[in-house]
Amino acid sequence: MSDYSTQWAHRNPRARLALWALWLGIVALFGFCWQLMTERTIWSFVYDAPTAAADIASRAWPPRWSYMEQLWAPLWDTLNIATLGTLIGTALAVPLAFLAASNTTPSRLIARPAALLIIVASRSINSLIWALLLVSILGPGLLAGIIAIAFRSVGFVGKLLYEAIEETDAKQVEAITATGASQAQILNYGIWPQVMPGFIGIAVFRWDINIRESTILGLVGAGGIGMQLQSSLNMLAWPQVLLIVLVILGTVVVSEGISSRVRKAII
Amino acid sequence: MTTYPTRWRRPPLLIRARPWRVVFWLVVLTYLVIGIGSVEINWTRVAVGLERGARFVSGFLQPDFSTRWRDISAGLIESLTMTLTSTVAGVLISIPIGIGAARNISPLWAYGICRSIIAVSRSLQEIIVAILLVAFFGFGAFAGFLTLTFATIGFIGKLLADDIEECDPKQIEAVRATGASWWQVVHYAVQPQVMPRMIGLSVYRLDINFRESAVIGIVGAGGIGGTLETALSRYEYSSAGAILLIIIAIVMASEYASSQMRGWLK
Repeated sequence: MSDYSTQWAHRNPRARLALWALWLGIVALFGFCWQLMTERTIWSFVYDAPTAAADIASRAWPPRWSYMEQLWAPLWDTLNIATLGTLIGTALAVPLAFLAASNTTPSRLIARPAALLIIVASRSINSLIWALLLVSILGPGLLAGIIAIAFRSVGFVGKLLYEAIEETDAKQVEAITATGASQAQILNYGIWPQVMPGFIGIAVFRWDINIRESTILGLVGAGGIGMQLQSSLNMLAWPQVLLIVLVILGTVVVSEGISSRVRKAII
Repeated sequence: MTTYPTRWRRPPLLIRARPWRVVFWLVVLTYLVIGIGSVEINWTRVAVGLERGARFVSGFLQPDFSTRWRDISAGLIESLTMTLTSTVAGVLISIPIGIGAARNISPLWAYGICRSIIAVSRSLQEIIVAILLVAFFGFGAFAGFLTLTFATIGFIGKLLADDIEECDPKQIEAVRATGASWWQVVHYAVQPQVMPRMIGLSVYRLDINFRESAVIGIVGAGGIGGTLETALSRYEYSSAGAILLIIIAIVMASEYASSQMRGWLK
């Protein structure tokens, strides 16, 4: 006699039971969250959605091509927001990254945690929220958008750059140190040449993300093509909305192409 | 006879050819002049803003959680429930799409359809999708749920498909050699190879979805973003500071938890 099962099974009974309990827990949590979330949903709107979508689609077609004349200036503004924001952000991020990297930081107790805190705070707030804040403080316009993009970029570039600095080859740094170089010279000749290609790659990558984000910053009044989107939405001018969405898509595709080319050429 | 330089000069780091370097910097300089010139700044408004900025900083330092707590907690619950439901729904939908978009186990027609779904989902930004879905489905968390689900499909679908394509073909062949059907191949050869990474990606997406849920509320798709916008438009900086602190705390906690979990799964 034996209790062995005649069929092969991947897991023993206890593991199977635990797995089932886990899935059951996920399903229960999903059901609970769904209930909470849809408490205030007006279902008649949801059932109406296909008609609403068809209605809007029929009104949006064809896109209003003549509106393009008024889009070139906001598009240029968008480009400026992204580029100038990236420049300011990376300029701020470089010293921060050197303070945060464990092999270059001047003090592990004060400077490193402070720099890491700035990086984390900047990263956890989306650029649209930064823009919302800055528009409320500085008033609507390009400046709020540029600063919002810069603040968000600081954390992104700072994090990737300090990780790159921590991964640099210690031998090269030691070789430069052995020549009697000062601290600044070690940074300049030992570390900077090693992280430079990576740094440019990170900056270009962030520029590409920033183009994407700056197209929508205008929704909260921070300048660029999003402002046109917002006013067209408010006027329910769907053919204009469609054109703007197409223009944004085109811009994003172009900037992605440029950024991937530049990164391939460098790395 | 040639003269050799007596001092070492560091070779330029990126663009070695001198003319191209000059051209590059000229282009950069011209752009900066034109670009900065075309930014119009209303300095009187900025001066007013500095005073408001000081008020915001003081509001941030003395956050007021209690006055608007009802709005904040409602927004927070919406954000959190939206995050969880949309991640679960998005992952469930993206599994068949991801399998369909993997060239090594799917026919060409399915590959084409699934890859184009993924491409559309990835190229549209969450905010624009949210605007459209709010127009279709009305304001509130349901539109936000659909937006995040849509974004999750593109993200998980692409990574899952790429993962399946990188699967070890030997294991697939071995299972196929036993006479297994297509379903059995997917279940016994592909699924064990991609599952650990898949769980890690889902947890990572949960983290991203929370961040996004804090943003799409600004265009009316429910969640804490809407509460934040209301607080800011009323110039209630201490409530806004409280909301921002909550967002930062949750984002940091979830980022830490998801990175721990991904490390543990490896």
